[in-house]
Amino acid sequence: MENVQEIQQEHHSGYGAYVLIWLTLIGLTILTVSVAGFELGKLTLVVALGIAAIKSGLVINIFMHVKYDDKIFKFFIGVALMILMVAFVFTSLDVFFR
Amino acid sequence: MTNPETHSNYVSYLDYQGKHKGIWAWLMSTDHKRIGLMYLSGIILFFLAGMTLGFLMRTEMLTHGKTIMDAQTYNAIFTLHGVIMIFLVIIPGIPAAFGNFFLPIQIGAKDVSFPRLNLFSFWLYMIGGILALSSLFLKGGPIDTGWTFYVPYSLRTNSNVSIALLAAFILGFSSILTGLNFVTTIHRLRAPGMGFFKMPLFIWALYSTAWIQIIATPVIGITIVLVIIERLLSIGIFDPALGGDPILFQHLFWIYSHPAVYIMILPAMGVVSEIIPTFTKRDIFGYKAIAFSSLAIAFIGYFVWAHHMFSSGMSDLSRMIFSLFTFLVAIPSGVKVFNWVATMYKGSIEPKVPFLFVMMFIFLFSIGGLTGLVLGSLSTNIHVHGTYFVVAHFHYVMFGGTVMIMFAALHYWFPKMFGKMYDEKRAKIAIAFIFVGFNMLYFTMFILGYMGMPRRYWDFLPEFQLGQTIATIGSYIMITGFLILIHNLAKALFKGKKAEQNPWGGSTLEWTIPSPPPIENFEEIPVITHGPYYFPSAKEAK
Repeated sequence: MENVQEIQQEHHSGYGAYVLIWLTLIGLTILTVSVAGFELGKLTLVVALGIAAIKSGLVINIFMHVKYDDKIFKFFIGVALMILMVAFVFTSLDVFFR
Repeated sequence: MTNPETHSNYVSYLDYQGKHKGIWAWLMSTDHKRIGLMYLSGIILFFLAGMTLGFLMRTEMLTHGKTIMDAQTYNAIFTLHGVIMIFLVIIPGIPAAFGNFFLPIQIGAKDVSFPRLNLFSFWLYMIGGILALSSLFLKGGPIDTGWTFYVPYSLRTNSNVSIALLAAFILGFSSILTGLNFVTTIHRLRAPGMGFFKMPLFIWALYSTAWIQIIATPVIGITIVLVIIERLLSIGIFDPALGGDPILFQHLFWIYSHPAVYIMILPAMGVVSEIIPTFTKRDIFGYKAIAFSSLAIAFIGYFVWAHHMFSSGMSDLSRMIFSLFTFLVAIPSGVKVFNWVATMYKGSIEPKVPFLFVMMFIFLFSIGGLTGLVLGSLSTNIHVHGTYFVVAHFHYVMFGGTVMIMFAALHYWFPKMFGKMYDEKRAKIAIAFIFVGFNMLYFTMFILGYMGMPRRYWDFLPEFQLGQTIATIGSYIMITGFLILIHNLAKALFKGKKAEQNPWGGSTLEWTIPSPPPIENFEEIPVITHGPYYFPSAKEAK
C-alpha cells in the first residue's frame, strides 16, 4: 500500500497544473479554429498539425503521466509516434507534389 | 516431464469444471486455451461461410452472361467474401486461435497477462462477426462496395455500409486488445531462463504482429468513424463533391490495411519456423536472422501502403518512393525463405501432414511474393492493375500463405489441443486435392489478368471462357479438398485415436506437457536452459 501511495504522490502534478494545462488546451483549440479563417495556403496543414502536436504532447505527458513513467514506455511511445510521423510525411509527399 | 498417467491430479482443460456449467463454461472462461478454441471454432465457421460465397462467385463466372445470379448480387457476394475472409478469418486466424492457445505454453506461463481482457476481445470478435453478417439481412441490403470500402461510392450507396463499417471497427478493437495482451505477456511472463533469444520463433512472429495490431489498427478505426460521420452528416472529408479528398481515404485505409497484410502473414511465418525444425530434427538455420526479419517486415511494412494506389492519381514522387520500399520489404521475406530451406538441408525429413502444408506454403508464397514485385514495379503495375492478376497475387499470398499455414498449424497442434489423432492418409489426399485445385484456380487467374480480365466484373468477354472454366473447375476441386480435410478433423475429434504427449518429436515447451494440456499448463513453471529447437538425439544419431 505504501508503494502505491508513493507512486501516486510521485505522479501527482497538482490540481493547479492540471487546470492550467486544461486552459492551455482550450486556448490552443480556439487558436486552431481562428487560424482556419486565414488563407495560409500550404501552411494551413502544417500549422494545424503543429498545434495538434503540442496539444497531444501535453495530454500524453501530463494527463497520461508518461512524463513520470519508465524509459521502456517512453521508448515504445516514441516508436509509435515516429511511425505516425512518417505516415504524415509520406502522405504529405503525395498531397504537396500531386 | 509430466505424464497424464503418472499424475493423479491431472485434469485436462477440456474436462475442467469451473463455476459455470454447459456452454457458459466456455463463453465465460478466461482460460487462454478455451478462448483459443472458441476463436478457432468461429474462424472455421466463418471460413466455411466465406468459402461458400467464393463457390457461388466462381459458379457465376462459369458461363458467359448470367449463370446463377444478377450483377448486384455478385457485387454483394464478392464484398462479403472479402470482408469475412479478411476481417473474420485471416486477420484473427493464427494469432487469436493458435496464438492464444500456444503463446503462454511456449513461453512457460500459466495464462496471458490479462485473461479477462482476452475473453472480452473474443466477445468483441463475435459481436463484430454477427454485425457483419447481419448487414446481409437488414433493410438497405448487403454492402456492395468491395471489402476496401472506397469512397465516394461507399458514401453514396444505399446498402448497409455503416453497419459493416461498425463491424470492422469493433473487430479492430478486438485485434488491438489481443495485441496489447500478447506484448505484455511476452515481456512479463516468460519462464525463468527464457531470454528473448531463447523464445520460439512463433513467439517472435506474434510479438511483431502484436505491435502492428496496436499501432496500425487505430488508423482504420479513425477512418471508419470519419466515413460513418460523413455518411450521416454529409461533412466533406472524403467526398470530392463536398470539397473532400477521396485519395486521402485510400491513404488512411491502406496505412492500416497494408500492415494488416503482415498481421496476416507474420504469424504464419512463425508457424513455419516451428514446423520445419520439428520435421527435420534440426535447429533452425539463422535463428536471429529469422527473428529480426520478422521485426524488419513489421517495420518496413508500414511504409509501403501506397503501392495499392499507383493508378489512383497520386504524385509521381510518392509512387517512386513507395515502389522502392515495396522492393525493400522483399529482402526480409527472402531471408526467411532461404533460412527455412537451409534448415531442411541435411535434415532427417519426415513428410508428415503439417510438413506437406509447409512445403505447399513455400511454393505458393514464393509465387505470390514474386508476383508482388511485378505489381510493385510502376510500369507493370499500370498494365495489370485492377485485373485478375491482382486477385491471383493476393490469393497466392493470403490464401496460399496464411490459410494453408492455419491448416498446417491445426494439423500440427491438433493432437496437443484435443489429445486425439487424425487419419494422416486422408489428410494427405485432401492436400493433393487442395494443391491441384488451388493452382488451377489462381494460376489461371494470373493468365486471365495478364490478358486483361478485370476483377469484380460480373461478366466477361468470350475469349476468357476457357480460362474461366478451368478456374471454376479448379475451385471445385479445391473445395472438395477442404471438405475432406475438415471432415477428417471432425471425425478425429469424436473417434480419433488417443494422441501421445509428443507425437512429432517436437522440442518446444508445449510438447513437454500432457495432451490435452491441464488447466494451468504446467505443474511447475519450467526453467529454460537451452534454445527452443534442441534435438540432441538426432545429432548423436549422425
